[in-house]
Amino acid sequence: MKGRFGIYGGQYVPETLMSPLAELEEAWRAARGDPAFAAEMERLRATFIGRPTPLYFAERLSEHFGNRLHLKREDLCHTGAHKVNNALGQALLAIRMGKRRIIAETGAGQHGVATATLCARFGLDCTVYMGREDMRRQAVNVQRMRLLGAEVREVTAGTMTLKDATSEAIRDWVTNVRTTHYIIGSAVGPHPYPEMVRDLQRVIGDEARAQYQAAENRLPDFVVACVGGGSNAIGIFTAFTGDEDVRLLGVEAGGSGIASGHHAASLVAGRPGVLHGALSYLLQDADGQVLPTHSISAGLDYPGVGPEHSFLRDSERAEYRAAEDADAVAALRLCTRLEGILPALEPSHALHVAGQLEGRVLVCLSGRGDKDLDNLDDA
Amino acid sequence: MLRLENGRLGVIPYLMAGHPDRDRSLGAARSLAALPVAALELGIPFSDPLADGPVIQRAGQAALEAGTNVTACLELAAAVSGQVPVFFMSYVNPILSYGPERFASDAAAAGARGVILPDLPPEEADSVAGSLQARGLATVFLVAPTSAEERIRLICASSAGFVYCVTLTGITGARAELPAGVGEMLDKVKACTTLPVVAGFGISRPEHLAALAGHADAAAVGSAVVNEVAEGRDPARLVGELLTACR
Repeated sequence: MKGRFGIYGGQYVPETLMSPLAELEEAWRAARGDPAFAAEMERLRATFIGRPTPLYFAERLSEHFGNRLHLKREDLCHTGAHKVNNALGQALLAIRMGKRRIIAETGAGQHGVATATLCARFGLDCTVYMGREDMRRQAVNVQRMRLLGAEVREVTAGTMTLKDATSEAIRDWVTNVRTTHYIIGSAVGPHPYPEMVRDLQRVIGDEARAQYQAAENRLPDFVVACVGGGSNAIGIFTAFTGDEDVRLLGVEAGGSGIASGHHAASLVAGRPGVLHGALSYLLQDADGQVLPTHSISAGLDYPGVGPEHSFLRDSERAEYRAAEDADAVAALRLCTRLEGILPALEPSHALHVAGQLEGRVLVCLSGRGDKDLDNLDDA
Repeated sequence: MLRLENGRLGVIPYLMAGHPDRDRSLGAARSLAALPVAALELGIPFSDPLADGPVIQRAGQAALEAGTNVTACLELAAAVSGQVPVFFMSYVNPILSYGPERFASDAAAAGARGVILPDLPPEEADSVAGSLQARGLATVFLVAPTSAEERIRLICASSAGFVYCVTLTGITGARAELPAGVGEMLDKVKACTTLPVVAGFGISRPEHLAALAGHADAAAVGSAVVNEVAEGRDPARLVGELLTACR
């Protein structure tokens, strides 16, 4: 079925968005097949983002964990996280579609910063929706977005985090769809977004797989990535889904523990439902109301997840676990002290789980942790 | 399905079920059911209403905080469905969670006529619409100003009961003026279907109704009515004025 991963995905959106989504799908299809578009992407990936990002052998963490750990260094991307891979592709697409106004939602602020950066680079008008709670805990990124010329709109609905920012961005899009392109930051939302974001993020996995082969002359036993909406995870997993011996492990935010109810682990503890345009695993109560979530990392603090992850979960091609707040903080500190690399709290969830694995482990280090310094004192 | 009088624009007021609480919501519904309205729309509250503006968002939040669930919405419908045609307006997730078949069966038992699903385009509707139809309930689909020609035809062909025509590109909420060209858009939809065409979104004033008369069969009035309830007033006064304007 069109736009589905197994039963998941779809286009559960107000009718106002249906024709624009069809136009977006068509524009994306045309852009993908256009060598000039690909060449422009390639040029800017190399000169603006700084790709390919390195594959790094984490020698001292490996020794500490008793395994062989490599890190895919997406933290070295311009703007400090993998989010810019997607924002670049969608900004180029928006220009192609003649849409000069860009909106985005952001949780940790990394996607907002990436989008604001591309908008500055191309002279596009940029509005970013961000929950009040996230603006507080990721204040540095708010300042960066404003410096870049973006308008940051505070969202005060619900838990004032990523879910509510996404809802508000969709409402803006419903209102301004004729002039505006919505750059969704994760592999979520209605079709064609989950596919498009995956295709723009799969550069992570394509590079990492080739780099790993070249360095180690084989493939890893595990590929591990954190999952909020799941864009860095789907980006690195996609290159390995055909490699049956490679286990794919997604790590969700366990918050204060699954049993506490204060977490954001939709694949571990949710059930299928519709949020933000797609059917996927969802944290919801018995009446189908979406539940508030908690995670120390704003980027994982989301009750839904990309529909392809739901499919990978049910088909058992990927496994999903949760790491708690305290474990992520400990992993962040460990990585910083042993490797001299300060990871964001989001991939620190993946690092925690990587530390429990034996054998050859590849972790997607999706972003850097400078934005999290203010939270570490509290943790 | 709708209670329409020949040549006269009908009015369909919307209430958020359970807003601000069960008793006052029931009071408002009874008060509106006593008026010669074309139907009563009952919103089922949802935590993340993507198509709604602030007034209905806040009403939904209040209803949820007051403990409103699908069962409570069905009870409210049952209390007034003998007096007025009742249609639910619901985002799809509460219905998926309740179970489409169980919802269809219980909504039919409550005397409801159909369901408007603002985040369920015809392409995604098979299981829900099938369950509703099996119990004699209409699934109402929406046309928007951005709908391409072939989508208007698909929506008209898929819809039952009536076709809901969104007058503006945006979310719900009272507007000072309706967009220019709304009559033209309604005429285009009317030409595609023999079902009644209901205009909705942004409508709150007698002059809006005058602009819709002759183009639509009825006008849905949501945020303006919900705002009356939120302010502690009997919504029958506003709806009565709108009905007078249609005469």
